[in-house]
Amino acid sequence: MTNAPVLSFTENGIYCAAGDFYIDPWRPVDRALITHGHSDHARWGMQRYLATHIALPVMRHRLGDITAEGIGYGEIRRIGDAKVSFHPAGHVPGSAQIRVEVKGEVWVASGDYKVVDDGLSDPFSPVECHSFITESTFGLPVFNWADQTTVAAEINAWWATCAANGKTAFLGAYALGKAQRLLTMLDPAIGPILTHTAIENTNRIIRDQGIALPDTILANAELDPKSHPNAIVLAPPSALGSAWSKGFGAQETAFASGWMAIRGVRRRRVGDRGFVISDHADWGGLMSAIRETGAENIYVTHGYTEVFSRYLNDSGWTAQVVPTQFEGESLDKDGTE
Amino acid sequence: MKRFAQLFTAIDQSTKTNTKVAALADYFEQAHDPDRLWTIALFSGRRPKRAVTTTKLREWAAEQAGIPLWLFEESYSIVGDLAETIALVLPATVTHDDKPLSDWIKSLREIYTQPEDARKDFVLKAWATLGGTERFIFNKLITGGFRVGISQKLMTRALARATDKPEAELAHRLMGNWHPDTTTWHQLVEADDASADASRPYPFYLAYGLESSPDDLGELSQWRAEWKWDGIRGQLIRRDGQYFVWSRGEELMTDRFPELARTVDFIPDGTVLDGELLVWPDGQPTPASFNTLQARIGRKTVPKKLLADAPVVLHAYDLLEWQGQDIRTRPFSERRALLEKLSAVVPAEAPLRISPQLEFSSWEALAEIRTTAREAQAEGLMLKRVDSPYLAGRKKGDWWKWKLDPLTVDAVMIYAQSGSGRRANLFTDFTFAVWDGNDLIPFTKAYSGLTDAEFRKITAWVRKNTLERFGPVRKVTPHHVFEIAFEGIQRSTRHKSGVALRFPRMLRWRQDKPIQEANSLDDLEDMLRIYG
Ligand SMILES: [Zn+2]
Ligand SMILES: [Zn+2]
Repeated sequence: MTNAPVLSFTENGIYCAAGDFYIDPWRPVDRALITHGHSDHARWGMQRYLATHIALPVMRHRLGDITAEGIGYGEIRRIGDAKVSFHPAGHVPGSAQIRVEVKGEVWVASGDYKVVDDGLSDPFSPVECHSFITESTFGLPVFNWADQTTVAAEINAWWATCAANGKTAFLGAYALGKAQRLLTMLDPAIGPILTHTAIENTNRIIRDQGIALPDTILANAELDPKSHPNAIVLAPPSALGSAWSKGFGAQETAFASGWMAIRGVRRRRVGDRGFVISDHADWGGLMSAIRETGAENIYVTHGYTEVFSRYLNDSGWTAQVVPTQFEGESLDKDGTE
Repeated sequence: MKRFAQLFTAIDQSTKTNTKVAALADYFEQAHDPDRLWTIALFSGRRPKRAVTTTKLREWAAEQAGIPLWLFEESYSIVGDLAETIALVLPATVTHDDKPLSDWIKSLREIYTQPEDARKDFVLKAWATLGGTERFIFNKLITGGFRVGISQKLMTRALARATDKPEAELAHRLMGNWHPDTTTWHQLVEADDASADASRPYPFYLAYGLESSPDDLGELSQWRAEWKWDGIRGQLIRRDGQYFVWSRGEELMTDRFPELARTVDFIPDGTVLDGELLVWPDGQPTPASFNTLQARIGRKTVPKKLLADAPVVLHAYDLLEWQGQDIRTRPFSERRALLEKLSAVVPAEAPLRISPQLEFSSWEALAEIRTTAREAQAEGLMLKRVDSPYLAGRKKGDWWKWKLDPLTVDAVMIYAQSGSGRRANLFTDFTFAVWDGNDLIPFTKAYSGLTDAEFRKITAWVRKNTLERFGPVRKVTPHHVFEIAFEGIQRSTRHKSGVALRFPRMLRWRQDKPIQEANSLDDLEDMLRIYG
């Protein structure tokens, strides 16, 4: 195995021959290093899991009884002939880029990431490497995110208008990551914040780890929907428009996603509003992350892979598309991120 | 521009009709005359002429964004809208120059005659001073395209609310040949004497599709039936010694149909006819196919040969104005009787006929007639209540279209391409194939007809079953069968399969069918023989 690449792309997933382990594999393998708890990265059926201490509780909640070990950011672990460490990816709490070093050659598999500080996840920290594996979910120059404070002001203005018109504001968001980020952006002075059970389950796990979230009220079947005027309700997209949500009477619905940047996508959602916010890097974010790694070789895993790698090749990098089963930010009802 | 952008946003981000109408009514009450006049104009498709070529705009936008042109083009193909792509790739800014909408349009029209550097200068300045939605709207104005999710009907309703005038009157006032340069808000909307020009058409009365059986329509004797022709709906106006032909899309098409000039000889002044424009060569039992008519519509001036090969005839089915009087409120039976009287003096070879009424003694008998519509080159039947007035716009109750069921084939999906705009993150454009022996031969593309949930499901499947990629196109494992519906089939030399379909769309995802059960090229050939 003298000249095997540090990481290779196999049908089970990203493989390290020197350490005989996989990163975010999509088929059952012996040893899996997991970047974060979203379902397209942390899958069921591995003999052993390794993930950050913060990512583990959510993974256990999702995957049940697994054999897993935790690791701190920056902690160096030797696996076979590989030196491995996890570094903040800023995507969701506990998410990591995985650095793998074999005989002085360094590769980084970044999973999903964003470069702006969301105030909740450990912020992205660039890791120098020779080869960088990147996503490109929003790898087109039309995706340029506004500041989080600007988006927060838009969401709160919408909520306040709903409240003033006697309507309940329903904000659709995925249970892990986006929902908690949105929670921290809400202005509790406008009214009470209610959460759907699926979101509250994840909230509890996050709070248990000592991460502060604003106060929320669980909106389960026992709650009288009329007892909380001016409320905003955070719910998974699949719960919007359900019998449960209809119990709240007059309402407006909104959806928060990077895809809302495109007018056509915004209009396709059968919601009243779309807010542009994502836990994936925008165009500028992808480019700055790639630049800061100093890497020459770029492997593009998911998103606008062809266009993005062509641009990188045009701009002096050696880039190629590698097919994976990672999915990026989805608009599916049961979607992964 | 900010106020107009607010209006645009309110309309664009709401899915509720009432919210849209309320936003528009507020705007019509508050905005200055030139702005609200231009708003009506823009929302009814009267847009300023394109001030800069889109090629130049793309170049300038890529340059300003610091990206190569090909990357701009790729982005455009995914966003699906040029104005929006430009607004998104340019560096972010906030609007700090709030000129009214009509002023922007004025400046825009002043640059038509200027040299290119001056135009570029103007555009770059606008991009730098306009943020977000304002920038998007500016791009829409400069590219000469402006479509917004508000129908003529909703605009008329909002205008009625803002002005306290009846909707039907406003709908009529907004028809025809006006332009913000030639009229004012007062003249168009408020002035008592709506002294419209002679060419002004009436709003078309449109029917809904009949969904259940006609049994529910009640008393048989209250109904009249005609063919639903597969041509272009048009109004022939004869006033002030002139004649005008309007299409349903409110396009003045007089010059495209010079043969209709003859009708002036026998239609009296002060007459407006509603009917179908069809290519119908002399002596033929049925009109020619829609494709032949399309060749005519495409020509602004018609060569002699085409005029001889594809003569256009108006098949009139209603009379809206008679002896200078608007008779739309009179019952259909009366209008029809007058129409018949008028047509009695028209010579047989004239390009004006009256659309025949079909005789039927029961709904079953009518259903039987309907099954022969394809042979008559018709799309189905029209049902009209004998006492119905001629209403404005799409209304339920008095008129129904009872179309034929579409033709269908079961086909195998072999290529998938991601959509743009609304469906930028989904695979929505598919190529379908039928069997030719053991080979699958592509014969049509289709991109509509599935629900969003189905598109999401097929998207996930495509990702995992890609065999090859060619740019945005993916070749996928032949596995899924779809029922493709279409309105017509034609021989085509441009297609490998030798056939071209009219209005193909996905009717159903046949998850119950294995690919072996899809149709074959022979089946298509059979259809071609019967319906082509
Ligand atoms: Zn992912
Ligand atoms: Zn993720």
